[in-house]
Amino acid sequence: MTNWLLGAFAFVGNRTVSGLQGMGRAWGLFLGATASIRNVDVWLPHLLPQMARVGVASVPIALFIATFTGIVMSLQASYTLTGAIPVYFVGTLVGKTMILELGPVLTALTLAGRVGANISAELGTMRVTEQVDALETLAYDPLAYLVVPRVFAAVFMFPIVVLLAIGIGIASGWFTALQLLDMSSPEFVKGLRLFFEPWDVWFAVIKSVSFGAVVTGVGCYFGLQTERGAEGVGRSATRTVVVASMLILCLDAFWATVLL
Amino acid sequence: MSIYLTEVRKAFGPKEVLKGFSMSIEDGETAAIVGPSGIGKSVLLKHVVGLLRPDAGSVVVDGVSVPELDRKGLHRLRRRIGYVFQFAALFDSMSIAENVGMGLRRIPGWDRRRIEDRVEDCLSLVELAGMGDRYPAELSGGQRKRAGLARAIAPEPKFLLYDEPTTGLDPVTTSAIDRLILRMRDELGVTGLVVTHDMTSAFRVADRITLLHDGRARFSGTPAEVKAASDPVLKGFVEGDPDLYYRDGWRREGMHAGGQDHGA
Ligand SMILES: Nc1ncnc2c1ncn2[C@@H]1O[C@H](COP(=O)(O)OP(=O)(O)OP(=O)(O)O)[C@@H](O)[C@H]1O
Ligand SMILES: [Mg+2]
Repeated sequence: MTNWLLGAFAFVGNRTVSGLQGMGRAWGLFLGATASIRNVDVWLPHLLPQMARVGVASVPIALFIATFTGIVMSLQASYTLTGAIPVYFVGTLVGKTMILELGPVLTALTLAGRVGANISAELGTMRVTEQVDALETLAYDPLAYLVVPRVFAAVFMFPIVVLLAIGIGIASGWFTALQLLDMSSPEFVKGLRLFFEPWDVWFAVIKSVSFGAVVTGVGCYFGLQTERGAEGVGRSATRTVVVASMLILCLDAFWATVLL
Repeated sequence: MSIYLTEVRKAFGPKEVLKGFSMSIEDGETAAIVGPSGIGKSVLLKHVVGLLRPDAGSVVVDGVSVPELDRKGLHRLRRRIGYVFQFAALFDSMSIAENVGMGLRRIPGWDRRRIEDRVEDCLSLVELAGMGDRYPAELSGGQRKRAGLARAIAPEPKFLLYDEPTTGLDPVTTSAIDRLILRMRDELGVTGLVVTHDMTSAFRVADRITLLHDGRARFSGTPAEVKAASDPVLKGFVEGDPDLYYRDGWRREGMHAGGQDHGA
């Protein structure tokens, strides 16, 4: 009985210690990467290629998801809003939810898988095949060479991808309203403009910037931590997706409390 | 331009790999560290460029204490050191020419033309002329290894650290690489440290040979002294006689039997 209890305490204790150690290392990575922003000549040449990889290549999947989200939002809004509520509220609901929540969060969760896991696997492979060590011996700062361009690329590109997703989501919701819900364009637009605030768009942009930093930062962290071959690379990719997704949702709640 | 290792200790968890290793390599000398697989040769070499920090002891390269260097100091030192990785560690997203040019792009004042010429020269030195456009995945293991060697020598470093530069190469290529190592020493005055378990190579390239055994330098001497030595462990290793080498049974206590590679 006491053994069992001791075991449980030891387990919780060990987990707490390793969690704190992980946070310490993550903080170290953050400080190191921030310091290495100085080495502009090292990371700048990689910024554009990374922007293409992180951003441009992510557009199709983000738009695919946004399209279907818009359709579903539109249909479910009209299903929900019955009785005394005017039908143009469908436009309001689609617009508000796409801009405030679903555009940024669904896109970011998708990119946690697409971009985060990709970065983690790439850097993890470089770590276990000693390519990161090779960079060091050639006097390149791995943080400036690998981490900074990826994080910056995401910070620039996530908002753009998210804004595109929001646009497509609203458009597909609108189209659905016209085709399936017997609404007219003026009605939908009326609803769309009803509670619209320009600030909402900034809110989406701020969220996306933070999501971009989180997804790539977590990917780089677990990638560079990778140990023990192919299995380790797989484990790092999984951890990246799990941790990045959780952080996205936490941040989402955080921004909602702070900024709204 | 010398390398001094004094009482270097390094453990990974409970496993002590280096238990007070000392050796010195004087300016312009090429030394070899020999020892069986898994004994800690690569670990030792990584201490010299600061990829690993010793738990205790000192590592002094070119008059500076490596473990005490900050990031900037390490980079300054590493520009004078070429490191040949055991498994080449080529950047697989880049062509061979780009790989070899990586160190050159960090040298102020070198333009594209000069870098390209130097890359071509280095590729010919390792008999890979004309292969610059290929990618690491398209090369054989031995070719990759030679590309890694070319990348290390390209910036004309003052120190060259070779981690098993000839393992897995055919005898003819092995001699060619050995000759290149000697050329680096004789023509450029490079201070070299060659890790190997190929005694033929060690005898050919080294001014001094050190046997790494049980975390320490078991024997250190010129090739002639090694050949004449009577130490059973050294004799056992040089002659490839396990009965002699394992005679004192140290492996049964400390390290696990059988070397292990950290995944090629
Ligand atoms: N990062 C590490 N973490 C834990 N153990 C390690 C690490 N690096 C090396 N080791 C262990 O240290 C020991 C020495 O490894 P090292 O790679 O130096 O051997 P080696 O002498 O170079 O062998 P080989 O000739 O096969 O390359 C091995 O038992 C290895 O498992
Ligand atoms: Mg080795």
